[in-house]
Amino acid sequence: MEQPSPTLWTKKDLIGIRELNRSEIECILDTAPQFLAVSQRASGIKKVPLLQGRLVVNWFHEPSTRTRTSFELAAKRLSADTLSMTASSSSHVKGETLHDTLANIEAMRSDIIVLRHSCAGAPHMLAADHSSHIINAGDGRHEHPTQALLDAFTMREARRKISGNPVATLDGAKVALIGDVEHSRVARSNIFALTRLGAHVTVCGPVALLPSQVEKLGVHSTTRLEEALSDADFIYALRIQKERQGSGLFPSIREYVKLFRIDRDSLRFAPDHALVLHPGPINRDLELSTEVADGSRSLVLRQVTNGVAIRMAVMHLLANSRTRQ
Amino acid sequence: MSLVISNGLVIDPANNLSGICDVLIEDGKIKEISTALQGDKVLDATGLVVCPGLVDIHCHFREPGFESKETIASGSRSAARGGFTTVVTMANTNPPIDNAGLVELVIRRAREEACIHVCPAACATKDLKGSEITEMADLKAAGAVAVTDDGRDISSSSVMRHALDYAGMVGLPFLSHSEDEALAAGGAMNEGYCATLMGLPGIPKVAEDIRTDRNIRLAEIANAHIHIQHVSTAASVEIIRQAKKRGAKVTAESAPHYFSLTDEATLNFNTNAKMNPPLREKEDVEAIIEGFKDGTLDCIATDHAPHTQTEKRVEFEVAPFGIIGLETSLALTITHLVNPGHVSLEKAVALLSPGGARVCNLNAGTLTPGVSADIAIFDPQEKWTVLSEEFASKSCNSPFVGATLQGRVRYTLCKGTVVYSAS
Repeated sequence: MEQPSPTLWTKKDLIGIRELNRSEIECILDTAPQFLAVSQRASGIKKVPLLQGRLVVNWFHEPSTRTRTSFELAAKRLSADTLSMTASSSSHVKGETLHDTLANIEAMRSDIIVLRHSCAGAPHMLAADHSSHIINAGDGRHEHPTQALLDAFTMREARRKISGNPVATLDGAKVALIGDVEHSRVARSNIFALTRLGAHVTVCGPVALLPSQVEKLGVHSTTRLEEALSDADFIYALRIQKERQGSGLFPSIREYVKLFRIDRDSLRFAPDHALVLHPGPINRDLELSTEVADGSRSLVLRQVTNGVAIRMAVMHLLANSRTRQ
Repeated sequence: MSLVISNGLVIDPANNLSGICDVLIEDGKIKEISTALQGDKVLDATGLVVCPGLVDIHCHFREPGFESKETIASGSRSAARGGFTTVVTMANTNPPIDNAGLVELVIRRAREEACIHVCPAACATKDLKGSEITEMADLKAAGAVAVTDDGRDISSSSVMRHALDYAGMVGLPFLSHSEDEALAAGGAMNEGYCATLMGLPGIPKVAEDIRTDRNIRLAEIANAHIHIQHVSTAASVEIIRQAKKRGAKVTAESAPHYFSLTDEATLNFNTNAKMNPPLREKEDVEAIIEGFKDGTLDCIATDHAPHTQTEKRVEFEVAPFGIIGLETSLALTITHLVNPGHVSLEKAVALLSPGGARVCNLNAGTLTPGVSADIAIFDPQEKWTVLSEEFASKSCNSPFVGATLQGRVRYTLCKGTVVYSAS
């Protein structure tokens, strides 16, 4: 197993994609394949000792199954000790601040903290004042960097496979992000990652679900699905939270489905080679129809597989780069 | 016992005075302003500006109820360090100042503890609930200088109208926090590009603008004096400008942070740059500066809003709104309004002292012989770095910590007594 080059990776934490430049993003993407191989070993022994003796704490202030599972698996396949903590996102009401909780965890010598929190900026705030490596596993509607990394990895992998070019990049790729962009940390991180990797991004959804001045992020914005899909190489359906119905942001799920669902009908607007992604969990037949989610153009389960490898790469880079200097 | 402040640049906008001269103080009052004056003691003000003590008509001293953030004693020391000798305190304490007894309590506590003049504003509605108006005649008789539900607006246009009717009748200015609660609900910062980058829920400018317009129009039919607090948007400046043109009895303030910072100051999730209304954008900063220049905005007020470090050292969305401002107001005005040439030093003093005094009909903001000798003496050239441990306030929630500013208070005198001196 290659040691990471400290000249490529020098950051203590992974807080967001916005803080990363292209070479840092590519450093993570290029570190992932070796870990993908670990998970696919013919021997069945899906483990390497890179984080042996280290403590990874999965600290989730919001319910999460797949992200937490993916991080936990990633840590275990790196031979780390893992600890899971779940807490109500309103723990500040009970009196203990995030700083205090983390100080307590650190008093037990944690190495990596994987934090999911409902408030934007929570990992940013902790990273500044604590010595553990902080990995943002989703903060409010701000960022979800490992999701964007695994998405970019999956798109790049598909492009390499289709083109037969093993070093193909996402330069010039056209990606359409469809749905609730405003409330989506996945969308934000993907916009930062994809634009930095040279892709052209279009966001599309009901106007109240598109963020203020989103074009300034370097993306094209439209409320017409036909336009968004017309030249897309990749179509990324974002989750619609069912609770948003009745919030007044759009009239009904029914009309949302008519205007914005990715299904066999709407895919007719897209080029034949367009592939479909979704961050999960899918609201079947709401933002994504079953036949598309389970069809040959879907990369959804490949995203999940790649997610473990990306998270292994991130933990390895954070924990092993600085100590090797 | 007399004191002469000698050889300073005396700026007294109310008397159109700006020149090197001496100020003679006798028995706590201004006796004479002239040259070559004699007194028992002399304070050499060569190279310094001598002006009426600054007046802040918008600050939160948190007493009673939130004494860990600030008290009347600590707030008044903070004011004195900033050159202020008269402040108007907001009513959103616990309990809120909504009856005469509580107004008297604040006045009594100020008499016991404060080194400067503390004038309470009282609630416009009972318990700040926006439903029943307060006994404003009683409040005025007890010493309240204004009514306000600051911290929130009055949702019901009908209650707002009657509150203005009544304030107009008893002759108290209505200090208006103009904000549409429904549009602002859940917001943590200005709605715009920065909020989009940070994934934070936004407060749109229009939430302020539509209520600025509504509240002025209601004041016009009530024939009441309305004062728009903490103006932060270009559109609100224009709404006030137009209202003044058509003769509305409207005055307005903005705070130093609204002309010296934009929402980019929050980009690192700095909770000390979180306040309501939120920091806006470049075009708003420019419009506010223009508003001061053309007289649309009458005064600079700080909206001094102390919160403890514990309260602010949390997730951005959870952190309370507000920053302290008394100790940086003068320096920010010199640094961001005077230095770039937007306003003269005389105009800056006018905005910081008589401007606010006039809004609340306070007997302050001038050096006219016979008035209380409330005086600020500052070095307009001195550069200093804002350090959190040096604040006289109990709190240090300021986005300007670490900033180097120009213009430093050297002495503050209240009733002829030095209540602050820089050492």
